[in-house]
Amino acid sequence: MKKIEAVIQPFKLDDVREALKDIGIDGMTIYDVRGHGRQKGHKEVYRGQEYEVELLPKVKLESIVPDDRVEETIRAIVESARTGKIGDGKVFISDVSGAIRIRNSDADDDAL
Amino acid sequence: MKKTIKCGLMFLAVLLAPAVASAQDGIDTGDNAWILTSSALVLMMTGPGLALFYGGLVRKKNILGTMMQSFAMMALMTLLWALYGYSLSFGSGNAFIGGFEYALMEGVGTEPNGSIPHLTFMVFQLMFAIITPALITGAFAERMKFSAMLLFMAIWATIVYFPMVHMVWGGGFLSADGVIPSLDFAGGTVVHISSGVSALVVALYLGKRIGYPSETMRPHNLTLAFIGACMLWVGWFGFNAGSALAADGLAAAAFVNTHFAASAAVVGWLVVEWLRDGKPSILGGITGAVAGLVAITPASGFVGPMDSILIGLAAGVVCYYFVAVLKGKLGYDDSLDAFGVHGIGGSVGAILTGVFAREAVGGTAGLLEGNAPQLGNNTLAALLTWVLAGVATFVILKVVDAVIGVRVTESDEYTGLDVTQHGEEAYQL
Repeated sequence: MKKIEAVIQPFKLDDVREALKDIGIDGMTIYDVRGHGRQKGHKEVYRGQEYEVELLPKVKLESIVPDDRVEETIRAIVESARTGKIGDGKVFISDVSGAIRIRNSDADDDAL
Repeated sequence: MKKTIKCGLMFLAVLLAPAVASAQDGIDTGDNAWILTSSALVLMMTGPGLALFYGGLVRKKNILGTMMQSFAMMALMTLLWALYGYSLSFGSGNAFIGGFEYALMEGVGTEPNGSIPHLTFMVFQLMFAIITPALITGAFAERMKFSAMLLFMAIWATIVYFPMVHMVWGGGFLSADGVIPSLDFAGGTVVHISSGVSALVVALYLGKRIGYPSETMRPHNLTLAFIGACMLWVGWFGFNAGSALAADGLAAAAFVNTHFAASAAVVGWLVVEWLRDGKPSILGGITGAVAGLVAITPASGFVGPMDSILIGLAAGVVCYYFVAVLKGKLGYDDSLDAFGVHGIGGSVGAILTGVFAREAVGGTAGLLEGNAPQLGNNTLAALLTWVLAGVATFVILKVVDAVIGVRVTESDEYTGLDVTQHGEEAYQL
């Protein structure tokens, strides 16, 4: 099992969920987050006082998938979240050592 | 059953009797209706108008504390006004302060004062005594102890506001027939310069908020501030047009002037902001509106509609300069710009009233109609207000600081006023 974490543009969330649904990935957790990579923030001015807003709103999508589905999941996310501009986000993949479904104690791949 | 009806009718008759009697005693019901309505409008300027305007501009940990400061004035000033404030303001007294003849509402009843009941006049003026100290709270937002705020305001009302009212409106030496006859229709000196200059002194005395100006202290909810500002605009019709103390042509003139000046000031502020900062902002628009409303306040019953547009434009541009440019250079933390908008806007208005006043509108000519001394009198009255408000505020702060301390502790300031001063939070998200 792998954990796939994708930090994406908030307005791309619906597209990404649609793409994941099309390939049969139903389970995911969504977070509203703030952050920045290479993307610069923007300037806000309140009564002449400038504030540099560096942390921008992003959405973080987290999904745990069986090893044999990792490739297509990543492809679906990357293709649906891409605009081609700075700030599109990143995808991270890491190992997951176990999973349990609380309702009936299904384990690992069966729990996903 | 029959007996009940009879009792009810008698009760009604008793209720109606004074109204019928007073109508015969020179009370104009139209005037009375308008001034009572205006009183309600002016109260709405403080709660919720100003409370929302200021509350939206602070950080989210301080919104309740900020709103509470305005709301507390509604209660505190009302009691002081009933006990002795009205008397010190409008009692006969001397050139500087009224006497105690109306203390505890003695002799303030339904008999006419002009064409309205004395009670109506009293309660209309009370609403001004509520909003004036509430305006000051914008300068010390996010860092003053609630207890110290209450004590400060009680003393401030007693030795600054009530005497100011007496001097300008209550027959004192700045009144129309006083030694220095200044023109202040609805409170340019009495309300806005006095509160604005006091605000500057409090901001300087308390010092900056922790982290200002390096940390981001953006307004946490401009939607609330917008609603508040629009309520201030509407309430201001009661403030200025109500100050005619009648539902007459002068009230109509003040109403129109108020509206024209606010609109012109929005344009003035936004144009400068657009040119200098790149974008016209909603915060700029509503701040400009308030600046224009402040500046037209002393002039509203003395100038023509086109004059009020010029006054509004001037207020929008000048207040922008003070708030957006000069404040940053001087480095003081007038958190919500009570001084930049009310102190400066009020001064602009007081001076321009002396310039634009027209004999045909309010009975007194200004500089442009050849009455140069009026400009001098108005400028002098503004300067005297600066000095009185500034010095007295400093002395009061020294006293309050010595007795209970004025500023919250550093950790309370980090946590926020809502939790530390009032034990509650605005948002459960």
